[in-house]
Amino acid sequence: MAEVDEGRDLVAFRSGIRDWLEANCPSEMRDGAGGEEAICWGGTTWVFTCEAQKIWLERCAEVGYTVPTWPKAYGGAGLSRDEDKILKEEMQALGARSPLDSFGIWMLGPALLKFGSEEQKLQFLPPIARGEIRWCQGYSEPGAGSDLAGVQTHAADQGDSWLVNGQKIWTSYADRADWIFALLRTDREAKKHLGISFVLMDMRSKGITTRPIRLISGASPFCETFFEDVEVPKHQVVGTINRGWDVAKYLLTHEREMISNGGNVMGSGRALGAVLAEAETGQSDPVLRGEAMRAEIDSLALEMTLERYKDQAEGGQGVGDASAMLKYMGTELNKKRLELIMAADGAAALTWGETPASSWLRTKANSIEGGTSEVMLSIISRRILNLPG
Amino acid sequence: MAKLIQTEEENLLAEAAKGFLSKSSPVSRLREMRDGGKSSDPDLWQEMAAAGWAGVLVPEAADGSDMGHAAAHVLARAMGRNLTVSPFLSTAVMAATLLRQFDDPATRQKLSQISAGGLTYAFALDEGAKFAPQSVEMTAEKRGNGYLLNGKKRFVVDGCEADRILVLAKSEEGLCLFDLANSNKGLTQDPLDMIDSRDAADLVFDDVEVSGEALLGEPGAGFDLLKPALEAGQAALAAETAGLAEAAFAMTTDYLKERKQFGITIGSFQALQHRAAHLCCEIELTQSAVLNAGRILDQSPNDAGLAVSVAKARATDTAQKSVQEGVQMHGGIGMTDAFDMGFYMKRARVAAEWLGDYGYHAGQVAKLRGF
Repeated sequence: MAEVDEGRDLVAFRSGIRDWLEANCPSEMRDGAGGEEAICWGGTTWVFTCEAQKIWLERCAEVGYTVPTWPKAYGGAGLSRDEDKILKEEMQALGARSPLDSFGIWMLGPALLKFGSEEQKLQFLPPIARGEIRWCQGYSEPGAGSDLAGVQTHAADQGDSWLVNGQKIWTSYADRADWIFALLRTDREAKKHLGISFVLMDMRSKGITTRPIRLISGASPFCETFFEDVEVPKHQVVGTINRGWDVAKYLLTHEREMISNGGNVMGSGRALGAVLAEAETGQSDPVLRGEAMRAEIDSLALEMTLERYKDQAEGGQGVGDASAMLKYMGTELNKKRLELIMAADGAAALTWGETPASSWLRTKANSIEGGTSEVMLSIISRRILNLPG
Repeated sequence: MAKLIQTEEENLLAEAAKGFLSKSSPVSRLREMRDGGKSSDPDLWQEMAAAGWAGVLVPEAADGSDMGHAAAHVLARAMGRNLTVSPFLSTAVMAATLLRQFDDPATRQKLSQISAGGLTYAFALDEGAKFAPQSVEMTAEKRGNGYLLNGKKRFVVDGCEADRILVLAKSEEGLCLFDLANSNKGLTQDPLDMIDSRDAADLVFDDVEVSGEALLGEPGAGFDLLKPALEAGQAALAAETAGLAEAAFAMTTDYLKERKQFGITIGSFQALQHRAAHLCCEIELTQSAVLNAGRILDQSPNDAGLAVSVAKARATDTAQKSVQEGVQMHGGIGMTDAFDMGFYMKRARVAAEWLGDYGYHAGQVAKLRGF
C-alpha cells in the first residue's frame, strides 16, 4: 500500500521503527521463516532454538513489541492500529520473524483485557508479553465439541476455592503449558449457557495430568487433560461466576481470527505461484494451474478482508461475529491450498520428512478446531443474516 | 495510510446515490425501457450529469468534480444495485480516465462536455468473442495527413448511442488509438439484441477517413494510453457487479425470511442457511477486493493491475453465484419475467464478459504472481 496519505507523525514513526529493527533484530532472525518450526512459543518449558531467538524475544519484550497494541502497563507498546500496521510492514520488509507467538497473546490476553480484574491483568498479562508463561486452552470435552456449552468438567464450590473434576480434550500443547484457561461447569442446575465459569489454573496443580494424542499428521499437538480433585483459588475466575460463556465467546472470536490467518502459521503462506513454479509437475497441468489461480485470487481477497475488518474494529477490539466468516473462508482455503501443493509435488509429496505431507494433514483440523465450518455457517446465518431458528 | 473502509465522505456519497437512484432509477425503470423497445435512457443520464456524476473523474480545470476512483466505485456500486442503465462506465470512468492523460484545450473541451452530460463515448475493443485488447486486426493506413480505418469491432457497449468512439487499430508504426465521431462516413452500427436489454453494437469500419487529430498520442503508443482507461473501467465494473451481487443476495435473504413451506419459513432450513451464509462470505471478500482496487487506483495507479484483476475476477464470480442462488432459492417465481431476479442474472452475465471474464483476469493475476 502506498504511503502518500501517511501523516508526518506516522512517517517519523516508520523511520524510528526501521532504525530500531535494524539495530536490534539479530541477523539469524531475519530469514523470513514462517511456519511451526520458526515459532517461539515461550513459557518455562521452552528451549530456544538458538541464542538469537532468545535475544530477539528479550529485546522486543523490553519495548512491548511482542504485544504491540496492548497498553504499556501490561507489557505492550500501546501502539495504535496504524502504528501496529507499520511495525508489521517493516518487520515483513526486513524478513523479521515474529518474536513470540502464543495462546496467551492470541486468545487469553484479549479476553483478560476485556473481562479481567485489574489484579488479574497485572498478574497475568506482563508474563504473557515477556513469554514467561505458556497457556493452553481447556474448552472441548469428549461430550462437548460443536456443542461447546455442554461442558461437564465440574467445579464444586468449597467456599474459598473450587474443587475441579473432569476431562478436557484437544488441549493444544497441554503437555508443555504452564497454565490453562478453561470452561468449567459451576452451576449444574442453571440453563447450560448460564452455569459455566471461565477459570485460570496452574498446570502444576495437584491432580492435573495430560496425555498427548497422536494425530493423522504424525504429530501430537493436542492432548487429553484430566482433572482429579484439583483445588483452584476462587479469585482465578475471570469475569462473573456462571457468566463464563460471555468470556468464552469473546475469546473464540480472537481464536477464529487467528486460525483464519492459518496460511502463515501453517508454513504455507508462500504465493501458490511460487510453489507451483518450484514443483516438478505444477506448471504443466492446466487443471491444477486453473485451480491454483482461483485459490490465489481468493487468498488475496481474504487478506484484504482481514485488513478491512481490522480497520473497522475500533480500539484494538476483535472483529466480533465477522470472525466466523474469516474462520470459515480462511480454513477452507488453507485446506484447498495444501491440497494443491500436494498435487503439484506429486509423488515427491508422498513421503514423511521435508515434504508438505504433515502440513497437508494438519490443515484438516483447521476447519474443525475453534468451531467447525458448519458451526461457522450457522453463526453467520443466525447472527449476520438474521435467518430464523 | 488509506484504510480499507469507506470514509465519512464516501458514506455520504453512498447515501446520496442511494436516495437519488431509488427515486430516479428503480429496477422498474429498466423494465419500462425494455418494454418500450429501447436500449438506453438519455434522460436519466442528463439527471445523473446534473447531479455531478458525469464529472466524477474529470479534473476541476475541465469543470469536473475529480472525486477519484473510489468515489466513482461508490456510485457504480449503487448503480449495480439498481441495474441503472447509463453510459457512466464508458464515458465518465473510462473516457475521462483516458482523455485526462492529455492537457490541451481541445481535450479539456471534451472533458468539460463529458462532465456536463453533453458528450458520450464508447470503447470499441473486441474483435473476437472474448476480451483480448491487444489482438487487433483492424488497420489504420496512413492517408495524407490522416488515416483510413478498416475492420470490425464486436460487442461495443453503448456503441449505438455514443457520440464518439475510441478504437485501437494497427498501423505500420504499431497500435494506434483513435478518437472519432460515431457519425463518421463509412462507420456503421449493427445493434445487438442484448440479453440485458442495454445498448451494444458491432461496428463496421469501411474506409473510414479520419484526420491526423483523431490519433491520440504517438503512433504505436495506443495500448499504453488505453491501459489506464481499461483498468479504471474494469475496477468500476467490478464495483457495479459487486453492487448487483449484494442486491440480488438481499432479495434472496428477504425471501428466505418470508416464504413458508411445510408450515415454516424456508430460511429456517439448514440446507439453505449454509448456502446463504457461504454466499455472504463470498460477497464480503469481493467487497474487500473492490475497496482495495479503488484505493490503489487513487494512490498509485501504475501498480493497480493486480488489485484490479483480483476485483474484477472476484466480482464476476460472486455475481454469478449470487444470481444463480437467487433464482434457485426463489424457486418458480425466480424463473418468471415478472420478477426482477432475471434482470440481475442477465446483467451479471453481460458484465462477466465485458472488459475481461474470470479466466482473463485470473490469467493476469497468474502473470503478476509468478505462475
